[in-house]
Amino acid sequence: MTELNLTILLASVVAGAAPIIFATIGETITEKAGLINLSLDGTIMLSAMVAFVTAYSTDSIVLGFAAAAGVGALLAATVAVFSIYLNQNQVAVGFVLTLMARDLAYFLGNPYSRLAGPQAAPLPVPLLSKLPIVGPILFNHYWPVYLSLILIIVAWWYIYGTPEGLKLRSVGENPQAAFARGIDPRKMQLFSALLGGLFVGLAGATFALAIKPGWGRPQGAEGTGWIALALVIFGGWNPIKAAMGAYLFAFLQVIGIYLQGWFPSVPAQVFQVAPFPLMIFTLMIMFFAQRETAQIWAQNTPWKQSLLKLLAGNAPACLGKPYRPE
Amino acid sequence: MHIELKDIHKHYGPVRANNGVNLKVEAGTIFGILGENGAGKSTLMKILAGYIRKTSGQILLDGHVVDYTSPAIAARLGIGMLYQDPLDFPALSVLENFIIGQRRGLTQSNQSFCQKLQSLADELHFALRPDQVIRSLTIGERQQLEIIRLLALGINILVLDEPTTGISSLQKEVLFKALRQLATAGKIVILVSHKLEDVEQLCDNVTVLRRGKVTGNMQAPFDAQKLLKMMFGQIPSTPQCGRITPGKTALVMQGVSASGGRAGLEKCSIQFHQREVIGLAGLEGSGQGVFMRVAAGLKQPVQGKIHMYERDVTDQDYHVFKDYGGMYVPASRMEEGLIPSLTIAEHFALQVSGEFWVNWSKAMQKAEDSIVQFSIKGQKQTLVASLSGGNQQRLLLSFLPSNPKLLLLENPTRGLDVESGHWVWRHLQKYCRTDACIVFSSSELDEIMMVADRVLVFYNGRIIKDVPTCETSVEELGRAIAGKI
Ligand SMILES: Nc1ncnc2c1ncn2[C@@H]1O[C@H](COP(=O)(O)OP(=O)(O)OP(=O)(O)O)[C@@H](O)[C@H]1O
Ligand SMILES: [Mg+2]
Repeated sequence: MTELNLTILLASVVAGAAPIIFATIGETITEKAGLINLSLDGTIMLSAMVAFVTAYSTDSIVLGFAAAAGVGALLAATVAVFSIYLNQNQVAVGFVLTLMARDLAYFLGNPYSRLAGPQAAPLPVPLLSKLPIVGPILFNHYWPVYLSLILIIVAWWYIYGTPEGLKLRSVGENPQAAFARGIDPRKMQLFSALLGGLFVGLAGATFALAIKPGWGRPQGAEGTGWIALALVIFGGWNPIKAAMGAYLFAFLQVIGIYLQGWFPSVPAQVFQVAPFPLMIFTLMIMFFAQRETAQIWAQNTPWKQSLLKLLAGNAPACLGKPYRPE
Repeated sequence: MHIELKDIHKHYGPVRANNGVNLKVEAGTIFGILGENGAGKSTLMKILAGYIRKTSGQILLDGHVVDYTSPAIAARLGIGMLYQDPLDFPALSVLENFIIGQRRGLTQSNQSFCQKLQSLADELHFALRPDQVIRSLTIGERQQLEIIRLLALGINILVLDEPTTGISSLQKEVLFKALRQLATAGKIVILVSHKLEDVEQLCDNVTVLRRGKVTGNMQAPFDAQKLLKMMFGQIPSTPQCGRITPGKTALVMQGVSASGGRAGLEKCSIQFHQREVIGLAGLEGSGQGVFMRVAAGLKQPVQGKIHMYERDVTDQDYHVFKDYGGMYVPASRMEEGLIPSLTIAEHFALQVSGEFWVNWSKAMQKAEDSIVQFSIKGQKQTLVASLSGGNQQRLLLSFLPSNPKLLLLENPTRGLDVESGHWVWRHLQKYCRTDACIVFSSSELDEIMMVADRVLVFYNGRIIKDVPTCETSVEELGRAIAGKI
């Protein structure tokens, strides 16, 4: 029976959540400006493939990451240009693109399937990694994992702490009003799509070059994009809360591996699939938390009120509604 | 400084929203633009503010032709506008709304914006708290913020599109005082309205628009009769107010409390009768809105009992309310009553169609009839979003069933010109004669005094006054609205 070692468990949660965090925060940034990029799942697959192939051919991990980020930005730009400038339905474009990118990844990546390629080396942070408990959990990882931790803070600061972030939010809330104040909503949405797509690309690279190294069919990253889309909602369009959701999901996945060891008679698929319905369940709880009955339930009880506040989160008012200049 | 508009045209397909408009405004004056619904006032002002582009014509600032393509460039030239439907960000704070669109130095902190906001607000006697969320403000406060924001941008020409619609009389006083102060300081203030009394109180000059053209100019002091004639072509007749004896009880509430809005609703007990017209007065969000939503079954009360025509409807929903002959028309016509991206005909198709297929011929016929009967300025295929505010309201009223028993109307004449407003009331009074009970809210005390038999004043979620209109006065009601009984 597998020993439950809390330090190791938490460390693998932090590492396993890294790509999900890249994807979730990327999408949060895009959606803050009012645009939904539904191509996430396919983008992660294609960028994972490109990252692996690039790193394999050039023997450079960094180039692999850069190429993946480029792919992510490119696919996001496609959704953005089609929906913002060519008046196509953003959901349809994103959906078609996600299927196309996934199939393209399997097709083009086929010759590189199951090859041993380069992968990021663990990079313990000097001194900090020697700290008890905190050291192994936070400071003994691949460098993309550190990047994911930094990104949570930086994204939050960008969105809520900078003038640029305020402009981004204003476009998602009311593009007409933003236009009246001298902001070009379409440019802003394009920019947010590019920036978000870049991080989604990094998610793919983190899978292929660090967390689930290698390329193949299946790669192991399948489905992450859809979960990231749900986590954006879970996080109430707040990067920190969304990241917490990513950790929750990674935790469910890791605990599933342990449970598999403890209950060998239960089919392995149960534990692999369980995190997905559990995530939907939490989303439902969040939905009910916003109902009026929940508010009445929380009346006059401070802890209930702060709980509801934590669960609350409103979508940008004009999310998914395309902006058309007058 | 002066600004001149020369031969402005704006065409939407066959619609001539502006058809050769000329006007000239001098610095230090308050200039009024009057006109009926759909006259083209908003269109003209949006062109001046750079929000929409003119089809042809010229704008001259101090004698030089200026051409701009966006509100931001207009703002740099000193032209700013307060739009008819507020263009702000309800989810963001007052301070954030103030900052968006302001140029900022690299080192400029939010603190300095906060100070600027405070000092401008103090100057004009506006009370605004920087950390409040816009959603929790009244329309009047949102306007105040917008004015301050425009001034911070360095605006010299301030355009206000129907600023007195939906604000309290107190806020109106504060607003007018501020506008006079700005004009005295040498700025140009342009006030768009369809209310004569606004223009009479405030303006030095006025231009009247009708069907996209200028029909006249006048200088203070104004001759109201002449202005009305310029606006409508003839002097509109007022609704008749024959007092009728009330019939059966239509709506009874006993100790009803509910949450929502700014103040909720507390221990409200009322009794309304058939053939009665009841006006609900009070500052926006004092409980009138919640009252109506509770009565209509759109919101469940926390406690209390509700009866409608002697049947218990407590905790029943809107469908039951409708089945019993009730009808509710919300104030936010675009959010709850109409679907902006559908045409007039499609709205009727939604009304008349059965379970499985759209009855287009019936819908078309009904649309055509209603356009004539309600004199809606638009065609069957016009998108509802492109109707003027007044015409959207007429369309909404045309959906009322032919023999309702209880009508709940939120601000039924908001944004309507005198003629349309009177028209609406003449129409509604027909229902009264057929035994309906009409409950409506309004921010215009004059309107309540004119058409209602009884008035209830809401203050902080409570009904603090319930009197027949013939036993009270505008002054007394005004005091009650402010909480002084
Ligand atoms: N985008 C548009 N497309 C088509 N027609 C339009 C559009 N915008 C306005 N119109 C039409 O132009 C005319 C003038 O509209 P405008 O909004 O300027 O009227 P208004 O004087 O401001 O009326 P109100 O007092 O009701 O606000 C109306 O008949 C309206 O239907
Ligand atoms: Mg208008």
